Amino acid sequence: MQTLLDQIARERILILDGAMGTMIQRYKLEEEDFRGEHFKNHGSPLKGNNDLLSITRPEIIQEIHRQYFEAGADIIETNTFSGTTIAQADYHLEDAVYAINYESAKIAKAVAEEITKNEPHKPRFVAGAMGPTNRTCSISPDVNDPGYRAVTFDGLVKAYYEQVQALTDGGVDILLVETIFDTLNAKAALFAIQSFFEDSGKTYPVMISGTITDASGRTLSGQTTEAFLISLSHVPLFSIGLNCALGAKELRPYLQILAKEAPFLVSAYPNAGLPNEFGAYDETPDIMGEQIREFLDLGLVNILGGCCGTTPDHIKRIAAIAKEYKPRKVELSMMEHR
Amino acid sequence: MVTNDHILKLSGLEPLIITHESVFVNIGERTNVTGSKVFLKMIKEERFEDALSVAMDQVRGGAQVLDVNMDEGMIDGEKSMVKFLNLIASEPEISRIPIMIDSSKWEIIEAGLKCIQGKGIVNSISLKGGEEEFIRQASLIKKYGAATVIMAFDEKGQADSYERRIEICQRCYDILVNVVKFNPNDIIFDPNIFPVATGMDEHKNNAVDFFQATRWIRTHLKGAHVSGGVSNVSFSFRGNNLVREAMHSAFLYHGIKAGIDMGIVNPTMIGVYDDIEKELLERVEDVLLNRREDATERLLEYAETVKGVAKRKEEDLSWRNQSVQERLKYALIKGIVDYIDADTEECRQLYERPLEVIEGPLMDGMNVVGDLFGAGKMFLPQVVKSARVMKKAVAVLLPYIEASKAAGASSKQGKILLATVKGDVHDIGKNIVGVVLGCNNFEIIDLGVMVPCEKILDAAEREQVDIIGLSGLITPSLDEMVFVAKEMKRRGMKQPLLIGGATTSKIHTAVKIEPNYDHPTVHVLDASRSVPVASSLLNKDQRANFEKNIREEYEMMRKRHQGKQITKDYISLEQARSNKLQLNWENYTPPKPAFTGVKVFDHYNLSELRTYIDWTPFFSTWELHGKYPNILEDSVVGTEAKTLFADANLLLDKIIAEQWLTAKAVVGFFPANSREDDILIKDNPHVLHHLRQQNKKGDGLANYCLSDYIAPLDSGKEDYIGGFAVTTGIGIEKWLKYFEEQHDDYNKIMLAALADRLAEAFAERMHERVRKEFWGYAKAENLNSEDLIREQYNGIRPAPGYPACPDHTEKPALFQLLDAEKNTDIRLTESYAMYPASSVSGWYFSHPDSKYFGIGKISKDQIEDYAQRKNMPVTDAERWLQSVLNYE
Repeated sequence: MQTLLDQIARERILILDGAMGTMIQRYKLEEEDFRGEHFKNHGSPLKGNNDLLSITRPEIIQEIHRQYFEAGADIIETNTFSGTTIAQADYHLEDAVYAINYESAKIAKAVAEEITKNEPHKPRFVAGAMGPTNRTCSISPDVNDPGYRAVTFDGLVKAYYEQVQALTDGGVDILLVETIFDTLNAKAALFAIQSFFEDSGKTYPVMISGTITDASGRTLSGQTTEAFLISLSHVPLFSIGLNCALGAKELRPYLQILAKEAPFLVSAYPNAGLPNEFGAYDETPDIMGEQIREFLDLGLVNILGGCCGTTPDHIKRIAAIAKEYKPRKVELSMMEHR
Repeated sequence: MVTNDHILKLSGLEPLIITHESVFVNIGERTNVTGSKVFLKMIKEERFEDALSVAMDQVRGGAQVLDVNMDEGMIDGEKSMVKFLNLIASEPEISRIPIMIDSSKWEIIEAGLKCIQGKGIVNSISLKGGEEEFIRQASLIKKYGAATVIMAFDEKGQADSYERRIEICQRCYDILVNVVKFNPNDIIFDPNIFPVATGMDEHKNNAVDFFQATRWIRTHLKGAHVSGGVSNVSFSFRGNNLVREAMHSAFLYHGIKAGIDMGIVNPTMIGVYDDIEKELLERVEDVLLNRREDATERLLEYAETVKGVAKRKEEDLSWRNQSVQERLKYALIKGIVDYIDADTEECRQLYERPLEVIEGPLMDGMNVVGDLFGAGKMFLPQVVKSARVMKKAVAVLLPYIEASKAAGASSKQGKILLATVKGDVHDIGKNIVGVVLGCNNFEIIDLGVMVPCEKILDAAEREQVDIIGLSGLITPSLDEMVFVAKEMKRRGMKQPLLIGGATTSKIHTAVKIEPNYDHPTVHVLDASRSVPVASSLLNKDQRANFEKNIREEYEMMRKRHQGKQITKDYISLEQARSNKLQLNWENYTPPKPAFTGVKVFDHYNLSELRTYIDWTPFFSTWELHGKYPNILEDSVVGTEAKTLFADANLLLDKIIAEQWLTAKAVVGFFPANSREDDILIKDNPHVLHHLRQQNKKGDGLANYCLSDYIAPLDSGKEDYIGGFAVTTGIGIEKWLKYFEEQHDDYNKIMLAALADRLAEAFAERMHERVRKEFWGYAKAENLNSEDLIREQYNGIRPAPGYPACPDHTEKPALFQLLDAEKNTDIRLTESYAMYPASSVSGWYFSHPDSKYFGIGKISKDQIEDYAQRKNMPVTDAERWLQSVLNYE
């Protein structure tokens, strides 16, 4: 799989999908949609647990994946952003984690295979999305006890390992550790992935995507973009990049750092601008497209997509613009230690 | 583009990239229990906060990597490593640099690797336990994403010759690169630095062997780096720091030439190679390079002669070796005033015009300060210190600038006039704003305190200022600001108006001030916001947009405010009175004070007051937010809070020892009874007027008025009311002026802030003595300062002008009862602010059920009733109480 992807990535810019949550919102789902038959009697409220919809409303997820592929995405992400025992603990659904990941991967893979069959010249891929969980490994949640940690490295490794196992069982092509706000969490994810590779004898392309949380250009855990890159370069990644938190315009300076220093492909899937005061994103496909054009003019990226607030229309626009450009070149000398 | 040869990339919060061009990388070694007894003691006693400050000192002392070692039999090394690394992660100034996890135990290393988000260094692993274990450990280090130090050690023991060193290093390198697939750039060899001059022949060539092995590694093992613990080399000269330092410097000099590119060094134990005394250097190098048979004896001889020579000061002065421009910049950023006069003078001679020094190096430095402050990397106290350096430098240049008449060419961003409005004496916040704006290249004209409107506006026109900034702390100042805005409109002025100070708010500015002036009127929350606001207003491109946003925002706030007005329920004054607080007077005997009338205190002991200081507001004056003492350990502002706290205490020592301030107080008790909302003083014409809460209350909740706490006339009980006025501001003028002349805003603001704190402390202490001695109703009370801050005592001391009795015009009655002006030298301004500013006055109530409350908003019927009781026109009452009216 990596060879095929590598080959395509040399030729053109790969397109990722857009937001899952934004699309799900359009369906105006209620508590009973999330519960379905399966979790009818579950003890705590489940509304908002989007990952669960892969089990209870799979046709919606399938439909969203299809729309993104049709908009021009090469790679779609599984509906598993919160698919770890740590994140699902909020809903007391630790036991559902395997099913969430497995079913999500299967749904996505089925759509990918179906479309690839119709358009064999443009193979479609599925990336197993691995979110940051809702706990930080290098920051204390208790201001009065800065030495305290709500989650340990070992705890994260275990949770991520289970997710990787289920995602690969379900048939994903790629593993994507995304929206990283704490690099130590990501290091735990990479540790789990490497352990899984060692144990299973299989390997998968690994994509990494961090989040710059504010205008100072740092992650939530305080790292600069370059420090972030250095901290995760010990694994031969397929790509490293940035997503979420900022719009395309704000993301550019940090992408430039990655583009200059990274010995891997560089990805970017920004939000549709910054949220307005009602929490909605209002950059239209055209506005966002023009900002992304700037990345392309500067030759910064190999993989493009959208995060919060983006829709198939955004992806369509981005894909159309990306077609006009060549992907960023990864220097051979940079690839030396992959 | 990037080439990876020999580049070692590490990271903490920020990257550290070690290339061929890099100078020697300094590894901080004091956070090592095997190397520092002091640090070991801290860890043993679990004083992790102290341990963190050791780490901080290392970073500030120039360490680029922090070595952490917890290998000690008496402590749980794994637990201590995890705890300490987690704490370091919460200190951005420390975790900025990469961590070196130093242990001879693999479990501790692995535990440490699980705590660092950056790419650190493991120190160390070796072939000591065989190849299999070596491969296992190296693979895990790679998986965790760290570089590693490899000790030249194998199954047979430690390498002690040139041949053994290169043999082991070659073997390790081959395994790492070929078997483990370790990035060769992440390999750091430690080929063992052993002591020389031990008197044993086999040690004579130790340093030479090390240098040779280093050179060999750097030539033959592509990518690999070399490190070492430098202080080992001088082991036999323990106790003779002069010789040790020389040995370290010389060793490094030759080591770096051979290719050692990082090392564990105590920066305070190393000097500058070129500064080593010639004879000492020669003898040291004889030993290191094994140049003569009697090298050891000759160095020992020399060492005898210098034993006991006083150690030089430990301060890192390496920045003094840079160019004068760099030194100026450094001094500005670090806020160091010690050398500024001489440096400025030196710099002046380099430039054609003295103004160029300001426009060049000084502004460069201040720009860095401005950027760091803007980015939240520097805090207010540091900025004020930087400003002090700037002012001093400018003071040196000023005579020359004036002489050369070149001052006309102003490169300032704009001119801003600042003033505390008429009737108000508070100026700490305004001074801070002035300093911060000054730092950002605005020219500041500060008219001081109690400035009448006309004087402000005349000055603004005469000086052609670009912005006017008004400040105030007490509520009547709000009204004065409205007046200034109206006057500006009447005079057809166009300058933007900035509003700031403790009592001001965005909502008040939006509702009351902005509608009165046609040009931008902006509320500025604190000093740090003043810069972006002023910059936007003076920037042609940004102004229109900024102005529009503010107008829209304020317009929206006004609308929302109007909407809100109707929602709250108020009851009539009559209804409120019938829902007064019902205290059971029948079964209660009000306590009788030890005396009635007044008691005066002059030259009250300041060191007694010091222990009563509530420090939390002091920190917030400096825009460091958080509760004392926790703030000292705060992950973001803790370090700066500590520095500020230390500086404050130093100045406080001086204030007390040299009696800069005189503390005066008067307290008094008067027989009194309440009559409805008034309090009548027995045999005295003074009537104290109070206000009653008028918002609709839930079941069982009363509409409070302070008079409810005093026995009513018809209860037949004899009750008392107390009053007090305290000040610690007598004599402060002279010192404020002194600091001003010294261009020392830092200490000027510090002094004013401390005087304020002492005044509050004085009020606290007096109240305590009142409860325990003078009124004596709580003789057995035993509260600590935390309890006092949390108001855990019986009885209250509300101050006129504050929430329970918001009318400032009641202050004259208090002052007359106490004869406070005469007894304490506190004066009341036309707005009834107290001068000196560091003064507090108020009433004492003794009833055990009395508690602090706020009046909230009141209705017109109460204002009319109140005005009648006070024999004051209704419009006057409305003006003074504007901030508590529930109507327009």
